[in-house]
Amino acid sequence: MNAEHAGDEAGFDVGVLLAWIDRVAVAVERDKDRLTDLDAAIGDGDHGTNLNRGFTTVRAALEAKPPQYPGAVLVQVGSTLISSVGGASGPLYGTLFRRMGKALGEAEKVGPQDLAAAFAAGLEGLRKLGGASVGDKTMVDVLTPAITALDEALADGASAARAFELAADAAEAAALATIPLRARKGRASYLGERSEGHEDPGGASCALLWRALADTLAGGGAGTGAGAGAEAEATDR
Amino acid sequence: MKKLINAPEAVVADALAGLAAAHPELSVDVERRFVHRAAHAATAGKVALVSGGGSGHEPLHAGFVGPGMLDAACAGEVFTSPVPDQMLAAAQATQAGAGVLFLVKNYTGDVLNFQMAAELLEDEGIESRSVLINDDVAVEDSLYTAGRRGTGATLFAEKIAGALAERGADLPSVAAMAARVNAESRSFGIALGPCTTPAAGRPGFELGEDEIELGIGIHGEPGRRRAPMAPAAELAEAAVDAICADLDFTGETIAMVNGMGASPLLELYVVYNEVDKALKSRGISIARNLVGNYVTSLDMPGFSVTLCRADGDLLELWDAPVRTPALRWGM
Repeated sequence: MNAEHAGDEAGFDVGVLLAWIDRVAVAVERDKDRLTDLDAAIGDGDHGTNLNRGFTTVRAALEAKPPQYPGAVLVQVGSTLISSVGGASGPLYGTLFRRMGKALGEAEKVGPQDLAAAFAAGLEGLRKLGGASVGDKTMVDVLTPAITALDEALADGASAARAFELAADAAEAAALATIPLRARKGRASYLGERSEGHEDPGGASCALLWRALADTLAGGGAGTGAGAGAEAEATDR
Repeated sequence: MKKLINAPEAVVADALAGLAAAHPELSVDVERRFVHRAAHAATAGKVALVSGGGSGHEPLHAGFVGPGMLDAACAGEVFTSPVPDQMLAAAQATQAGAGVLFLVKNYTGDVLNFQMAAELLEDEGIESRSVLINDDVAVEDSLYTAGRRGTGATLFAEKIAGALAERGADLPSVAAMAARVNAESRSFGIALGPCTTPAAGRPGFELGEDEIELGIGIHGEPGRRRAPMAPAAELAEAAVDAICADLDFTGETIAMVNGMGASPLLELYVVYNEVDKALKSRGISIARNLVGNYVTSLDMPGFSVTLCRADGDLLELWDAPVRTPALRWGM
């Protein structure tokens, strides 16, 4: 039912952002063994464990100190991930969320175009920090085509729900498209050609973010934290 | 896989508590996960040497905290870099007005987290430098990889730069010395089998009874290639050959035959004998040596060899007194 409302001028408020993060946390917990197995093949086998620890901490932090506007949600998510995850994914995901939050500023409500611009700012921060380019078998390989798909769908006049669904489809396809690549950044790069034939774990977790956002904006209930989801629907109207 | 743990998620905190119980000369912050010298006030005006990394490499790094070596070490989760908050807390607890030197093993996670810690420290008005350790010749060093891994040379840099800091040298000098030790050092590792993280509970890769992994790092990740098992003489030769193909070590060296965690000392001495012979045949002499488990990868069977070109002043700093849980002489 909020599919029709999602793209309207009112935009998304703090509840929608909280519902998104809640869905991400649920998805990471659900898929943590898969992410860890992907990492075991070409890294050190802890991506799911580390990210799950991070988002568990994020949930507790958001509950303890509820943010007042959408940008503040994402800044708090990013800061908490930096302080709790460690490894490369802590600073990288932390920077992505912090940059997104700062791009959203202190607006009470943000539109789909604002979110698209925030993702672009987050990607820029990520590339600056990690130095990865498209084709290096990293999160950048998933974020870049997802943002492009989102921009194109919005330019074509798609509803927000439809645009983020197309972006999530693009993200999932891009995650699988990392399989044949040879890693040139991160720990998998030590394997050289032996990194080929495996899906990038960071790309896989990144696709979860996009699907969680699409599901949030579509108002679907599958596999979500029901409480925050219901609250988001209420506030979205 | 059987492990001497209470629970996988408690292993790092429990081990830090054990370190505190065993070593009253160390101050262990189990909550914020860093270790520093208990009697730190005595070293006012000294450059603070702070290192850290994922757990699972013990005695690195906390085992090298003490007079003559590190001032503090941060412990991350197993094989996961610590977070900037830990590094900041460790730096604040040990800095004595002469700045902080971060010794960072070259892994993306460690590099990014220490970089963020340095920025936070700058906000506090505390000067810091970072030196990257990247001695592993098994990794192709190019723009198209994350660069060479930091392994055995970390110990050499912590010892030698630590000795210089103890003498009151300033931050640029101590940083330059750490960078010099890194530049003079090379390592190569060989695994006879995988290791098992407490969280995973099963080995990180599978290896046949007659197979070994050549060019491994210290995180249980597979190496560059697999090869058939061979006598210790051939394995030592392979490691020495890879190292000497990368840098001319003719002359005097400090040599370490390091166990990866599950190879008995009996076997490490067999390897050391072969390394010694392989070096002598190349005109390289071992001026100082270490044989034992220093930079480990949990319960991995195997070894690594680290060489450092060492002239008079490096050897003098190497010989300087040190008193830490895992390295002590002269005091």
